[in-house]
Amino acid sequence: MLNSATPNAAPSGPLVLPPWLTRAMTPLPLGPLQPLLALTLSRIGRLHPELYGRLGEHAEKSFGIAPTDLPFAFVLEPRPERPQARAVRELPPGLDVRIRGSLSGLIGMAEGRIDGDALFFSRTLSIEGDMEATLALRNALDDARLDFGTLLLGCLGPLGTRLAEILRRQAGGVPPGPVASGGPSWN
Amino acid sequence: MELICPAGTPASLEAAVEAGADAVYCGFRDETNARNFPGLNFSREELRRGIAFAHRHGVKALVAINTFARAGAFSLWQAAIDDAVAAGADALILADLATLAYAARRHPGQRLHVSVQAGAANPDAIRFYAESFGAQRIVLPRVLGVTEIASIVRETSCETEVFVFGGLCVMEEGRCSLSSYATGKSPNMHGVCSPAGNVAYAERDGRVVSTLGGFTINSFDRGEPAGYPTLCKGRFVTPHGTGYTFEEPVSLDAGVLLPALRDAGVTAFKIEGRQRGRAYIAGVVRSFRDILTALDSGRSAPMTGLAAMSEGQANTVGAYRKAWR
Repeated sequence: MLNSATPNAAPSGPLVLPPWLTRAMTPLPLGPLQPLLALTLSRIGRLHPELYGRLGEHAEKSFGIAPTDLPFAFVLEPRPERPQARAVRELPPGLDVRIRGSLSGLIGMAEGRIDGDALFFSRTLSIEGDMEATLALRNALDDARLDFGTLLLGCLGPLGTRLAEILRRQAGGVPPGPVASGGPSWN
Repeated sequence: MELICPAGTPASLEAAVEAGADAVYCGFRDETNARNFPGLNFSREELRRGIAFAHRHGVKALVAINTFARAGAFSLWQAAIDDAVAAGADALILADLATLAYAARRHPGQRLHVSVQAGAANPDAIRFYAESFGAQRIVLPRVLGVTEIASIVRETSCETEVFVFGGLCVMEEGRCSLSSYATGKSPNMHGVCSPAGNVAYAERDGRVVSTLGGFTINSFDRGEPAGYPTLCKGRFVTPHGTGYTFEEPVSLDAGVLLPALRDAGVTAFKIEGRQRGRAYIAGVVRSFRDILTALDSGRSAPMTGLAAMSEGQANTVGAYRKAWR
């Protein structure tokens, strides 16, 4: 054991929806969500076909995604032929993977803005089930550079895409760093 | 001083370049590299495009082919070497003597780096790699103190590269078989320590229990920072007591030692984490770029503040300041 290990203060975690909002959403019907989820998944598959290359055989698996601050969860079956996503009150048994975390953490991880391992270390993300499928999904999403705002507003056409871009800029984000000048080529 | 940064996917490669990498390192989507994780790594075409992107930004691209070739399957490693050279790799990172010999013979103009997996930890071993294969850089194993590194630099003509941040392998690198015993798959030959297919997590009364190949590795209490399910950082019951037998869940952060490592004559600083997401890569690379910029201008190095990115949310300077042997 190394004696120099120094524990650090836990960082502030991802945003969590206030309990009153979660309670307020509880009676809402899930029906209207279903076409929106189907449309979003369809757009992801169309705009990011490379995602399936990274998922490989794991595209056939079922993923349960349960935001801890929402009164419902999602079941995702990314199959390239017939992708399905649906909202459910509770995750059903028999899923290959079950992922739990705050909504903002899960979206941040799916968009690559938040590191999934860091969420796991902080205990704000928990995973049960097929870890190969979990890693394949995480890596595929991280490489795809999804932007859910653009995906959702993109359903409104070019105007929606433009609106998403304006919102993204206003929300800020990680600015690109300096590009290294580099030295002479080795070879 | 060069900053060598991980890239597990094309998007990560671009994030590393944009965050200030001098060089990125990556591998193919197979067992020829030591981060053979599901959904990770590069196809041949992705590597070619990734290297072109790096070069357009003045950044070098290194290709890790750093596992040990299986008997009867050497053609897989040969093809990886040939394809990496054809894709325009600035250097190959190799560990196996057979791959080094093949690359040196088949591609005599290609720059070769000796991977940390080779475990070259003394001047004689390093001279052997340099004289036998023309290796121009050694990635030093994470078991050396700063004074030992300074001594190695003085006694060899090879460039040296050291890890400064990320996952901390505390065993004899390239030779550790702990994960192999538990899973039947070798980190050194199949390219993955604690393979995901052998890992399971279970929630029990607020605790998270991690297992590897059916062996319980750890049990984290509610709110306790978690770590990877590696045997070297597991918590065990032994006749000597209960706790961390080898090492705690912790990541290396040698940010405060960069001036000392620079003064020791190290050529390049390496960040571990090809298996991590873009957010990790962008954040860690930018942090270390800031430190190097400060050092270059004679200012003191800022703290990295990267605890949130670290295993167990804790950091160590590891063996660089060790008080043991």
